[in-house]
Amino acid sequence: MELISPTEFARDTVQALQEYSLLAGRSVTNLFRYPRYAADIIQQADLIGFGSLPIVVLTGFFTGAVLALNSASTLERFGSLSLIGQLVSVGMVRELGPVLTGLMVAGRNASGMASELGSMIVTEQIDAMRALGTDPMKKLVTPRMISTVVMLFFLTIISDLLGLIGGGVVARFIFGMDSHQYWSSAWQTLVFQDVFTGLVKPVLFGFIIATVGCYYGMSARGGTQGVGRATTQAVVASSVFILLVDFFATKLLISIFGYR
Amino acid sequence: MSAPPIAIAERTKSTQDATPHVVVFDNVSIAFDDRPVLEGISFQLPRGESKALFGVAGSGKSTILKLALGLMKPDSGHIYLLGQDVTRMKEEELFALRRKAGIVFQESALFDSLTVRENVAFRLMEEGDVSEEELERRVREALSFVELEHTVDMFPSELSGGMRRRVAIARAIITRPEILLYDSPTGGLDPVTSTLIIELIVKQRDVSKTSSLLVTHRLQDAFIMATHYFDRTANRMKPLPPGTRGEVPMAFLILRDGKVIFDGDAHELAQSKDEYIREYIS
Repeated sequence: MELISPTEFARDTVQALQEYSLLAGRSVTNLFRYPRYAADIIQQADLIGFGSLPIVVLTGFFTGAVLALNSASTLERFGSLSLIGQLVSVGMVRELGPVLTGLMVAGRNASGMASELGSMIVTEQIDAMRALGTDPMKKLVTPRMISTVVMLFFLTIISDLLGLIGGGVVARFIFGMDSHQYWSSAWQTLVFQDVFTGLVKPVLFGFIIATVGCYYGMSARGGTQGVGRATTQAVVASSVFILLVDFFATKLLISIFGYR
Repeated sequence: MSAPPIAIAERTKSTQDATPHVVVFDNVSIAFDDRPVLEGISFQLPRGESKALFGVAGSGKSTILKLALGLMKPDSGHIYLLGQDVTRMKEEELFALRRKAGIVFQESALFDSLTVRENVAFRLMEEGDVSEEELERRVREALSFVELEHTVDMFPSELSGGMRRRVAIARAIITRPEILLYDSPTGGLDPVTSTLIIELIVKQRDVSKTSSLLVTHRLQDAFIMATHYFDRTANRMKPLPPGTRGEVPMAFLILRDGKVIFDGDAHELAQSKDEYIREYIS
C-alpha cells in the first residue's frame, strides 16, 4: 500500500470537505433556482421511498419486537411488564426508528446514488450533460436530495408505527398483555418533544444520505474499480455521518427541550 | 456534378457575423499532476472551417476540446468560444454558451437510461419551450441525417459502436450549433463505418456550414475531409475534381510535446519539411 505524507493527507481531507460542502450547499441553493425537475423528483421519490419500503417495514417491525422481548425480562423482574408499550414507543419514535431507517436507506440508496453517478462520471455522461447546457447539480443532485429528505421522513413514520406493532405483537402473544393496555401506554407516554425529535432526525439523515451518496458518485475516478470504491465509501461515510449527527442532534434537542 | 463548396475566404465573408473566429486559443497551458500537457498553445478556428487535431496519445487533443467548451479550466492563457472568454466565465454562464456548441465524445457518452429519442431530444427537452410535435419532428430530422430513424425507441445498449456515434452526432446537431467538436469519432470502428461517420461530418460541414474541431488518430479521415465535398444532389460525399486546392474549408493542426508544431491546410502539410511531420504522415 502506498503511504502518503501527513501534509498530503491533510490537504486531501480539507479539499474533500470543501468539495462536499460546496455540493451540499448548491443542492440547497438550487431549490430556489429554475429549472426545477419535478419529474426527476417524483421518479427518485418512487425509487427511494417505495423501493425502500420492504426493508424499512421489516426493520421497523422486528426492531420493535426485539425491543419488547429484551426489555420484558427486566421489566418483569420489577413487576412492571405493563411499561413495555412506553419503552417500545419512546425507543422507536425518539431513536431507533429514525436511526435504523436512516441506516437502511443509506445502505440501499447512498450506494445506489454513488454507483449511478459514478458510472455516469467514468463514461463521460456527466461531461456530456454539462456540454449539452444542463447543470448536473440541478438535474441529478437536487432531485435526489429533495426526494430522500421527504421520503425518509415518511419512511421513518412507517418504521415507528411498524415498530410499535411489532412490540404489540410480542406483548400480546408472548407475554399475554392486553392489547388495549399496550397501545394506551405506548400512545400516552409520547410527548411533543419525542415526536419532534423523531421527525427532525430523518430530515437531517435524508440530507446526509443524498449529499454523501452524490458526492462520492460525482468524485468517482478510475473506471469501474473507482465506482466500486465510491459506492463502498458512500455507504460507510453516510452511516458514520448519520450516527455522529444523531448524537449531536440529540444533544442539541435535549439542551433545547431538557430531559424528559 | 454539383459545384464544390465555396472557398474559405469567400465563405468566411458571406457567413461572417460578430466573430470571425469561433474558437481562439491564446497561449493556453495546462498540467495534470505537475505533468505539463499543453504548453502555451495558440491557434484559431475561423468560422465555417473544420480543423483536424493530431498528436500521439496523451498529447492533449481531447483536453483541447474540453477546454474549448469550458468543461476544464486551463492553468494559464485565454480561450474564446464564439467570441466569449470561457476561462473567465462561471459554470452557470457557460451553460447558455454551450447550447450553441455540440460535442461528440470518444465513447459517445449517450445517457444509457434514456432511449435514442430521449437522448437526441435531451437538449430540446431541457430548453422546455418546444412543443411535442416540434420535438418529434426535430428528433426525426436529426436521426434521418445520420440515417438511424428506425432506432428511435431503442436504448444505447442495443446499438452497435458505430450507431452510437451516429446517435451522438444526431444529439449534437439537433439544435443546429455554430460549432461541433468531435472527439475521435471513428476510433475503434471498422473502415466502412468510419467512412460513413466521416461522410456525415463532411455533410454537416458542407450542408449546414458548421465549424468543427476534429480529434483523430486516423490521418486518412482528415485527408478524406480535405479532398472530398458533399454533393447534395447525389446525397453522398464525392472527391474534389483533380487539381483543385483549398476548395473545402479544412485545416490540420499537429501537437507535439504540448506545443503546436503545424497549423495549415492539406497542401502545406504535404509540403512540410519537418522530419517529425514527414514521419507522422508517411
